[in-house]
Amino acid sequence: MADDRLIIAGREFKSRLWVGTGKYKDFAETKKAIEVSGADVVTVAVRRVNIIDRSKENLLDYIDPKKYTILPNTAGCYTVEDAVRYSRLARAAGVSDLVKLEVLGDERTLFPDTAGLIEAAKILVKEGFIVLPYTNDDPIVAQKLVDVGCPAVMPLAAPIGSGLGIRNPYNLKIIMEMIKVPIIVDAGVGTASDAAFAMELGADAVLMNTAIAGAQDPIAMAEAMNYAVQAGRLAYKAGRIPRKLYATASSPIEGML
Amino acid sequence: MQHAIKIHVNGEARTWRSGATVSELLSELDIKNERVAVELNLEILDRAVFDQRLLKDGDRVEIMSFIGGGAS
Repeated sequence: MADDRLIIAGREFKSRLWVGTGKYKDFAETKKAIEVSGADVVTVAVRRVNIIDRSKENLLDYIDPKKYTILPNTAGCYTVEDAVRYSRLARAAGVSDLVKLEVLGDERTLFPDTAGLIEAAKILVKEGFIVLPYTNDDPIVAQKLVDVGCPAVMPLAAPIGSGLGIRNPYNLKIIMEMIKVPIIVDAGVGTASDAAFAMELGADAVLMNTAIAGAQDPIAMAEAMNYAVQAGRLAYKAGRIPRKLYATASSPIEGML
Repeated sequence: MQHAIKIHVNGEARTWRSGATVSELLSELDIKNERVAVELNLEILDRAVFDQRLLKDGDRVEIMSFIGGGAS
C-alpha cells in the first residue's frame, strides 16, 4: 500500500481519516484523539476571538499547523455571502488556503444548500482557494462542484452528528464511479464499521468529528476509526468476493470418504 | 492630539484612543497576531498593514481565529 497515495490539488495526504476538533472535553483530549486517529488533516471552525477572557487557550497551541494540515471550515454559514466571508477570514488568519466549504440550508437537518454551495465554490475557486465542498449525496451536484473547480468533493453519509451511518450507499457509489476527483465521505458516521463501509465503497477518505468526540471513550474510538479506515481501504483495493445466495464450499470434495 | 473614540470590537463597545493602530489594539487586548484575521468595517486586512492602519471613531473591528469544530 506504499504507493496508495491520496493527492488533492497537488498535495499528498498520508491519512485517509480526516477529523474535526469540536465537542471534546478539552484541548488535551482533542490532541490525544487526533494523534491516536492517525489523521493528518484537521478541520477547525472560524469564530470571534474571546476578547473578554484572555486566559482561554488557543486550539492551535495544541494542534501544530506544521504537523497537521489545517482545514478551516465555514460551519454555521447559511448564505453564500457568509461562507465567502468566513473563508476569506480563514485564509487571512494565515494557516491555510484550503477551505471545507459549507453553505447550510436548514438548521434541523444541516443539509447543504447546494445551489448556494456551487455559487460560493465558484467565487472562492476564482480567488485561489482550494475548495473542498460539504455536499449532499447527489451525483449531479457533485459534478457541478467539480466543474466550477473543486479538486475533491465531500458528500455526506447522513446528517451531521447523526451517527446514522451510510444511508445511501448506492448514491455514494454512483458519485465515486462518476466523479473523477477524490471523494471524501463527510458527516454521518457513527461507528467503526460505518467508516470501513465508506472506504469499502471506494471513498478516498472519511471525515468525522462527533463519532469520535462523542464516543464514551473518544481516544479508543479514534484508534478504532484509524484501523477501520485502513481496513476498509485495504478491502476495497483487495476486491471483495461477489455476493451469492447459496453456499460455495471452501473445502474440496475430493479425498472424502 | 489624542482623544477618546468609540469603536466596536467583536461586537463589544469599547472606548479607545484616536491614532491607535490595529497592531496596538491587538497587543493591548493581549492577542497574538499570528493566527488571527482582522476585519475592519467589513474589509479584511492584510497582516502587513496592521502596523499602519489607524482606528477611528465608529470603526467596527472583528478579530477572528480558529476554534474546535468539525461541522456546523
